[in-house]
Amino acid sequence: MRTFSLGKWLLPVYSVLALVFLLVPIAYTFVFSFNDSTKSNVQWVGFTFDKWLNVCDAQGLCAAFGTSVLVGLIATVIATALGTLMAIALARYRFRARSAVSLLLFLPMATPEVVLGAGLAAQFLTAGVPKGYVTIIIAHALFCLSFVVVTVKARVASLDPALEEAGRDLYGSPAQVFWKITFPLLLPGIIAAALLSFALSFDDFIITRFNNGPVETFPIWIYTAAARGVPAEANVIASAVFLLALVIVIVAQTTSAARRKRLAKLQ
Amino acid sequence: MAAGAFAEAGADLELVGIHKRFPGFTAIEDLDLRIPAGSFFALLGPSGCGKTTTLRLVAGLEQPTSGRILIGGKDVTEVKSFKRPVNTVFQSYALFPHMTVLENVAFGLRRRGISDAVGKAHEALRLVELDHLSARRPQQLSGGQQQRVALARAIVNRPALLLLDEPLGALDLKLRRQMQLELKSIQTDVGLTFLHVTHDQEEAMTMADTVAVMNKGQIEQMGAPEELYELPRTAFVANFLGQSNLFTGPVTSSKGESIVVDIAGVKIEVPKERAQRHTGEVTIGVRPEKLMLHTSAPKAAPGTNVLGPGRVTDVSFSGVSTQYQIAVPGLGLITVFAQNMVFGPVVNLGAEAWVSWTVDHGFGLADEPEHAPKFASDTDTATIALQTRHELLAEIEEA
Repeated sequence: MRTFSLGKWLLPVYSVLALVFLLVPIAYTFVFSFNDSTKSNVQWVGFTFDKWLNVCDAQGLCAAFGTSVLVGLIATVIATALGTLMAIALARYRFRARSAVSLLLFLPMATPEVVLGAGLAAQFLTAGVPKGYVTIIIAHALFCLSFVVVTVKARVASLDPALEEAGRDLYGSPAQVFWKITFPLLLPGIIAAALLSFALSFDDFIITRFNNGPVETFPIWIYTAAARGVPAEANVIASAVFLLALVIVIVAQTTSAARRKRLAKLQ
Repeated sequence: MAAGAFAEAGADLELVGIHKRFPGFTAIEDLDLRIPAGSFFALLGPSGCGKTTTLRLVAGLEQPTSGRILIGGKDVTEVKSFKRPVNTVFQSYALFPHMTVLENVAFGLRRRGISDAVGKAHEALRLVELDHLSARRPQQLSGGQQQRVALARAIVNRPALLLLDEPLGALDLKLRRQMQLELKSIQTDVGLTFLHVTHDQEEAMTMADTVAVMNKGQIEQMGAPEELYELPRTAFVANFLGQSNLFTGPVTSSKGESIVVDIAGVKIEVPKERAQRHTGEVTIGVRPEKLMLHTSAPKAAPGTNVLGPGRVTDVSFSGVSTQYQIAVPGLGLITVFAQNMVFGPVVNLGAEAWVSWTVDHGFGLADEPEHAPKFASDTDTATIALQTRHELLAEIEEA
């Protein structure tokens, strides 16, 4: 008797299709980073490593990439530091307007980016702040902050308050308790929040577009370049970032046990 | 406080007129307590009686609304928790998961800048027989081992006062009994003052020199375990510490050294020195294991109280003894624990039965049982420990 089961086949087929659908653009980007194209990178011309070796030949590409990394790092540091403190305050202490603050922190996540970008641009104009690095960093730190608070808050909530009490009970001053107990235990959450912040900042186009002035970030550069055809060098950078992210994920997964041990040795 | 300035022996703890109010409720109401140096003191009570709050006040994790806390005669009410010569064994153990067992134990010594922290930590771990696991993580240990690490982490600091917050609540029965004995012997060895908070009356009675029964933020009665058990002063103590058969009736006369109480028409004698009140309506009681069970009416004899006849409504065998429930008209249920001297229940379900007890075993209470509902015996300790934990978390949230 044939035991054909629809459910048995539907799920694998559907899953494979979904994965292909998700991965095709990435595969396309990766493959076309090896295209020996001159101006437009739409048609396959031939295979070359040239674009990977001379990635900075494309006008302004590497500068834009550097800008994105710099903006991303600074915005991440600001958002992570402030967001962690806010998360601890929100999860651990009762204070006036605590729920209001909690709610307001969600707003930047819920607000359409176009509105947030335009609003910030108007604010900067009113305040007379010239657009440039500073305005981009402020804007990025602002929208990353909400994500950091949400991520770290979940970690704080899962932390047994008795651990910090035990630290105080064992003669730890408030500063010692924070650095020896609270911080190391929150670190996985803080790292996750920082990675998320950096990814969000690196990737942001809409809010940046409203507040960049003369400064070009990587997404802005690609957008501008797209008007006349995206050069293969952009594919190189995109592929490199993708591969880097992949490596980070794999390394993080395989060494999470080892990392915990290293963390303990810091004590 | 200077590093190393801790007592080698325990210190007195004194609580003077402590009140603690949280938004919405009062946890402790005018508490006065003095615990002498070197003693093993148990604070016993049901969930929500304020015992954990008392402990947290002593540890400095909460501030009293009013009143003073003195350790070794020194007022520490305003002293921050990390400067008090007090250590706590937390109910959840609260071992630092990112540190090894050794680092956990050395934590307090290092914060105080004590020399040879590692050596002393090893020594403390040897005391609890866990030195061979010093490189492990707390998560890699069993519950009982974690409990011992928590204990080592506290006593290594030689605190003047060691606070134990239901530290055995999460352990299974056999391990609990073993840890109780170990704790007691460690206390005798190191000579520190132990303040143990628990809802387990058996634990409190086996371990402590002095037990204080706490209810609704106040101490109901305090004394040696035998004293509390043999002569409870309130209905709450009579039922929380073991079980009691309680009867209420008017005092009709005085007969030599005893008062005579009319219980549903039966004259019951209680020694005057064992009764808190000698006139008016009084509640008297007797422990179930002090009762003798009879299948025929026993002869009235001087110095013996008899109740009955009644019907046996429940017989439950529990190994060492058999528990009988006897319904006596006009009196309600009487519980009897009978030692198992022969096979099978001596009295069958539905049989007619009488109970008797020696007058000397009765006691008279200062209040009436209506004020204190009978507490179910805590068979499921894990559930109660969990409740207490939720309650504590709620308290923290509230504060």
